[in-house]
Amino acid sequence: MNDPYIARNTRLGTCTLAGEAIIVTPSDSRIYNLNPVATCIWEAADGQSRLTQIVDGRVCAEFDIDRDTALNDALRFVDDFCAKGLLVKAESPFDPGSVAKPFLESSNG
Amino acid sequence: MAELLDRIQERALQLDVLLNLHIDLTYRCNERCVHCYLDHNSRDDLNLTDLERVFAQARELGTLFLTLSGGEPMLRRDFMEILELACGSGFAVKLKTNGTMIGDAESSAMRDLGVSEVQISVYSDRAELHDRITKLPGSFERTLRAIRLLRSKNISVAIADPLMKANIEDYPQVRKLAEEVGARFTIDPTITPMINGDTDLSGHRISPSSLRFLYGDPTLVGDPQEFCRPVTPAADLMDYVPCSAGHSAAYINPHGSVTPCVQFPLACGNVRHESLVTIWRQSPVLLDVRSIRLKDLPSCSSCDLIAGCNRCPGLAYMEGNLRGPSSIDCEKSAIRFQRVPSGSLIQISMGPA
Repeated sequence: MNDPYIARNTRLGTCTLAGEAIIVTPSDSRIYNLNPVATCIWEAADGQSRLTQIVDGRVCAEFDIDRDTALNDALRFVDDFCAKGLLVKAESPFDPGSVAKPFLESSNG
Repeated sequence: MAELLDRIQERALQLDVLLNLHIDLTYRCNERCVHCYLDHNSRDDLNLTDLERVFAQARELGTLFLTLSGGEPMLRRDFMEILELACGSGFAVKLKTNGTMIGDAESSAMRDLGVSEVQISVYSDRAELHDRITKLPGSFERTLRAIRLLRSKNISVAIADPLMKANIEDYPQVRKLAEEVGARFTIDPTITPMINGDTDLSGHRISPSSLRFLYGDPTLVGDPQEFCRPVTPAADLMDYVPCSAGHSAAYINPHGSVTPCVQFPLACGNVRHESLVTIWRQSPVLLDVRSIRLKDLPSCSSCDLIAGCNRCPGLAYMEGNLRGPSSIDCEKSAIRFQRVPSGSLIQISMGPA
């Protein structure tokens, strides 16, 4: 799945503070503070956009970064966050609420 | 984690972002704890529609950490709906409860909804003493059962141990209990005056010698010498804000009244009549609280313990002056930084038989 549709796990505490997303995971109470580029991807992850659409339409439009670098970094970020249960990915568009799972069961991090 | 969280809290404080919101869902309770500061007969709680609106407004203001408390919040028939709404709104939800109403279904729901932490007070490892403090027979067993149930489902639990004269000697055993069940352990020696300002509860407060003993316990404070060493003031200390209350934290009582903190009953507006957004951004009372810097505190700014003092502006307000000292915290600082004669927890009086 090199160009997945991605969505935030809706069972997380999140906010954006001074342009940077903050995520709190339940139970293990880990906290993540994303930089502005990762925040851009995180906020756009609504289950309705492919990763390349987010990189082209948001990341490359808002930041001075070449597309290949942006896409490679974005793929690594998505893989890492999917493995941690923070993001969910699929091959077709989906409603994040419909796949909302208890974080404890979806996480391996 | 702690450093990152501190940085985030500091940034929210600088930007006056309401990162931390505490809502008491009701003052009703099935326990009658001897030290409790609430009026349990109060009614007319915010309803689900009110709370849904407040949650949306809090999200608009950037709230991340939402604490739901009471009274006993689980006494509300719609408690699970409120919890689902809160967790689905994107908050990191912490629940304060006595645990006596948590069964298998409730604990499973808390896990599935993603509750960040459940805080439960345990006063002693002795059921008899715990129940004597809560005035609810059987509460210790029910509370402990809930803690074990939550932990069996991998839900974070914090055991809070409010320290009073009656239970001061039991905290090492409560801490051991917390370790056994895998819960975080916290103590709090502050007995808050009644919500109407009545100080009748102060008789439960631990003695200065007990406080001194706590400050010397390395399992609580780390290195006691380091903990009790006077803090060197930063060059710009006088420009610091006294507390996060009203800057990055606020409280809403069951009737909708907004105050800077649960311990700071200065009414700033009511979410039944105004948007939380409007109150947070425009309330003259909140703006006044927000304008205060350490240099604006007439007594405290000239105190040489100010750099290390955890003065609570809410307690100062309840003593009569928002900009005045909080005598409880004056005493704590004097003991912590050893400005009073040393003593021991164990006091022996001798005299003729």
